[in-house]
Amino acid sequence: MEPLIEVRGLAKTFTLHTQKGARIPVFEKLDLVVHAGECVALYGPSGCGKSSLLRSLYANYLPQAGEVLVRHRDARIDMVKAEPSTVLAVRRETIGYVSQFLRVIPRIPALEAVAEPLRALGTDAEAAGRRAADLLGRLNVPEGLWSLAPATFSGGEQQRVNIARGFVVDYPIMLLDEPTAALDADNRQGVVELILGAKERGAGVVGIFHDDEVREAVADRVFDLRDFAAAA
Amino acid sequence: MTEAAPSPLLRVTGLTHRYGEIVACRDISFELFAREVLGVVGESGSGKTTLLNCCSAHLEPTAGRVEYDTRTHGLADVFGLREPERRMLMRTDWGVVHQNPRDGLRMDVTAGGNVAERLIMTGARHYGRVRGEATTWMDRVELELDRVDDPPKTYTGGMQQRLQIARNLVTKPRLVFMDEPTGGLDVSVQARLLDLLRGLVRELGIAAIVVTHDLAVTRLLADRLMVMRRGEVVETGLTDQVLDDPQNPYTQLLVSSVLQV
Repeated sequence: MEPLIEVRGLAKTFTLHTQKGARIPVFEKLDLVVHAGECVALYGPSGCGKSSLLRSLYANYLPQAGEVLVRHRDARIDMVKAEPSTVLAVRRETIGYVSQFLRVIPRIPALEAVAEPLRALGTDAEAAGRRAADLLGRLNVPEGLWSLAPATFSGGEQQRVNIARGFVVDYPIMLLDEPTAALDADNRQGVVELILGAKERGAGVVGIFHDDEVREAVADRVFDLRDFAAAA
Repeated sequence: MTEAAPSPLLRVTGLTHRYGEIVACRDISFELFAREVLGVVGESGSGKTTLLNCCSAHLEPTAGRVEYDTRTHGLADVFGLREPERRMLMRTDWGVVHQNPRDGLRMDVTAGGNVAERLIMTGARHYGRVRGEATTWMDRVELELDRVDDPPKTYTGGMQQRLQIARNLVTKPRLVFMDEPTGGLDVSVQARLLDLLRGLVRELGIAAIVVTHDLAVTRLLADRLMVMRRGEVVETGLTDQVLDDPQNPYTQLLVSSVLQV
């Protein structure tokens, strides 16, 4: 079966023009294949480029070389070269991304923030709200908070709102940047179950998991970024 | 790719505008597709407002073309249209949200009248229907309906800005030009207005060009970003990519100069 993601010869280097043009090579000649139903854990010490790779898969970062081929509808899209409108369509329908920190419009209630990705796909407000409520419940976000804006929530509560938002659509591909970093053991378990559920329905998952237990529970294999370190 | 429209809504080719010796915009080309929101950022004097005024046919560029997908002729040079055609375009298919509501509203006419005016200009005659539409739109932009007969000069800045939006959207435009839409407003009012704008643009499937110096505004509103400096486009791309991984030295400076709160 054709993979969900196929990365070929990817390279990422930052050039800091405001700091005397300093060049920070991150990775190069990176190949990665992700199939339906598998979870790949990105591995390596801080600064080795785990987040940069994840962001490159989502077209949030622009790699300097290589391709990120993603199966979207019946086509294969190169996220490195795709037009912005195409990238946005891929993000709406095909790739979900859970960042380390919640970033939503100020003063929007948590329930609406979670339902928003579904609404963008045309789901009606009521059905999207039900699905959002179900996820917030499963992640133990107290019901009293659902109608409030998340800005004042605790770090752990914000992170769970963020996870709910990422899982509200059944995306074929999920990218997870330390989804359990701010959570205690009980809440970590809720996230583990969501990830296992996503794999069950055939999603391909790429994630950064600092917690060994979580990684062992969800990952099928570990992808070590140190194998692709770029020469400085 | 099935997602991309076959033909752009707006196509700008080699647009240059000079004020005497000063070049405000130099050789700018881009396309805007239906339902797409383009943010244009850059500091004062970068030429972004001149570009907006040329695109919205308020200012004829020194050189270059601005073509729009008109309902009757398809893609046509907006400065080649006959005056009545161009005026009709500006009243129906296009909307302009000015930074200062005073530039976009009639301050002595009632709020309801301000919204109704664009409908009447486009041929609506039935009083009840026009008034009904006007109140519906005041409600959609969250203005209190018991203020419908008050003139906008009695409104706060935030209310005036929402009224200006209602006045523009009542004719269901396909393209809206916005110049610093949240520029003169208190921060507390900005978030609400941005959320309102974002919701309306998505719901109605409007394309928009938003000129601003506020990068946070573009992150919330724009799909795509164009960074201008000294009249030239120095970087363009997906909004969050340009903001989070800027490639051009000037964009890097711009992004790194924003104070974190």
